[in-house]
Amino acid sequence: MAHFVEQIIYGLTVGSVYALIALGYTMVYGVMKLINFAHGELFTLGAFVGFFFLVTLDWGGVFGPALAIGLTIVMVSGSTALAGHLLERVAYRPLRHSDRLAAVVSALGASIFLQNVIMVVWGAQYRAYSASLLPQVIWRVAGQSFPLIRLFVFLTAILVMAGLYLFINHTRLGLAIRAAAIDQGAAKLMGVDVRKVIAVVFIIGPALGGLAGLLVGVYYGQINFNMGQLYGLKAFTAAVIGGIGNIPGAMVGGLLLGLLETLGDAYVSGAWKDAIAFVALILILVFRPTGILRERVAEKL
Amino acid sequence: MSPDCPEPSDRKVPKDSPESKAPFSPSSARAKAKGPIALAIGCLVFLLAPFILAGLKIQATPYILDLLSMVGLYALLALSLNVILGLGGMFHMGHAAFFAMGAYVTANLNLTYGWPILATLPAAALAAGLMALIVAFPVIHLRGDYLLIVTIGIVEIVKIALTNDIFGLTGGPNGLIGISRPTLFGYRLSRPQDFFYLIWIMVALTVILFHWLENSRFGRALKYIKEDAVAAEGMGVNATAYKLMAFVIGAAWAGMAGTIFASKMRTISPDSFTFGESVVMFTIVILGGSGNQKGVILGAFLVICLPELFRDFQDMRLLAYGAALVAMMIFRPQGLWPPKAVQYNLPSPYKEKYPREGSC
Repeated sequence: MAHFVEQIIYGLTVGSVYALIALGYTMVYGVMKLINFAHGELFTLGAFVGFFFLVTLDWGGVFGPALAIGLTIVMVSGSTALAGHLLERVAYRPLRHSDRLAAVVSALGASIFLQNVIMVVWGAQYRAYSASLLPQVIWRVAGQSFPLIRLFVFLTAILVMAGLYLFINHTRLGLAIRAAAIDQGAAKLMGVDVRKVIAVVFIIGPALGGLAGLLVGVYYGQINFNMGQLYGLKAFTAAVIGGIGNIPGAMVGGLLLGLLETLGDAYVSGAWKDAIAFVALILILVFRPTGILRERVAEKL
Repeated sequence: MSPDCPEPSDRKVPKDSPESKAPFSPSSARAKAKGPIALAIGCLVFLLAPFILAGLKIQATPYILDLLSMVGLYALLALSLNVILGLGGMFHMGHAAFFAMGAYVTANLNLTYGWPILATLPAAALAAGLMALIVAFPVIHLRGDYLLIVTIGIVEIVKIALTNDIFGLTGGPNGLIGISRPTLFGYRLSRPQDFFYLIWIMVALTVILFHWLENSRFGRALKYIKEDAVAAEGMGVNATAYKLMAFVIGAAWAGMAGTIFASKMRTISPDSFTFGESVVMFTIVILGGSGNQKGVILGAFLVICLPELFRDFQDMRLLAYGAALVAMMIFRPQGLWPPKAVQYNLPSPYKEKYPREGSC
């Protein structure tokens, strides 16, 4: 039983990271109807920018762990947001009115490009975060162990998502984003500046993705230039599970996928762990293309 | 009646015009006669490449022939993907899954049961086609991006299955080793030029067959579905059946390419059948000109050869490849050599019965 609870906590931790990445996919898809293949690479970029500040510049030693992490989060989110904005300007904006296939291929090209930029800058080998950044504290409550680092990852992700939820539901800009996701044409007629909405979405999404990259770096301690591919595909799966285009759906989908994967890993088969996400993806699309939070309808013929 | 409105009799196609003789041929086939001749000469020179290279005593001849064989192999794969993506308009990014199926079926039949390689060719095609039928059946109705993401899921699952040595047939991460070379009439194909000819003859046969397919009833139905699925359904075209057929044909062809690949490499492992490999096939079709076989072959040359030319800039070449994809989609989204619009002059039973009269 203790093992089971531990698995649940671990699953929620991994799931919260998936959820953060999935938000970027789902927001972009909602507004632009485009799978942003380069999003996984923005996630990797976040991990490497974090590596630059925490390891190369050793901010942990300079500012102390708490301040260092706070500052790094700001720097990581800022730089990936900038990268995301540039990506939209260069690779997607010229294609807004062209064929969908062209946008998909452009996204793939951007993904290959970014992945190789990261490889050229930081090299192809694995890079390690320092393990001494966060104290190795493990709290014990009612026979369960709660490592500080796990709580840190989970709570950071949840806090950011709560902030996003409030922003989306209680501000005018959030309303504009939701409106543009439901019907772009109608939103335009109602005076929503869709170009601005797209620009904002390409700042928030990458910032969240980059943060997720940093969290993965801090949590696992190891990063690699092509780690974004698998994380990206899984996070996209999470977005589909929750109902693509649906923001709370991405959060729920991410947590659910994290749980599913961890429990599958622990109780079914470790070797097939990565396949779980993709099997879930196919089953969802075949049997319930709207995702679990029924809102957006997958186009069927 | 206005002067630019011709008499009804002018509209009728004269009995001895090319249209009436060959009602099923696309009118673009009546292009200038110079094109085909140049193409034929080009093909001839290309087919003599092994002799020309050997005659010029170029040191790198085996390497060049090997590279050209790889181009041919990818051309084969891209041509098969073109049936699905270019003709059917289905976003399929998991072609490596069927390529893998063919390669592993061949490897197993050859290693365990001692089948000769060329005898496994139909088996590989059958297995890949069957697999396509099974996996595509539930998802074929999904449109656009949804199909794309499902096919990515399929290729990832296949790769994980191969790595985990599924049913003890795939040899795990190390793959299968020691696959035989093909033999033809007692002659064992093993030199680079042997494979060069084997592969490019297959490419030629594929081009001829798929060209015929493209302009057949099947091909026309697919084009119609691609342009407007709802209208096609309305006209009585069974969209699901045609799309499924296109998928199965494309997959079966990829399976045969897998056979050739397995016997050329003699060793296969899951690393050759990744999502990235599927992306390469996908981009060959799109860059070259989705729907045009010549364009697809051109795409195979560019995508496979160009990175080889820039071998010295190892790290930079994929970076440039990515940037080129983006630039290409912005400035020339239809690909380098897009298909010409084809007009079919089909005999219509209604034209005879109800000839148009009077006004325009």
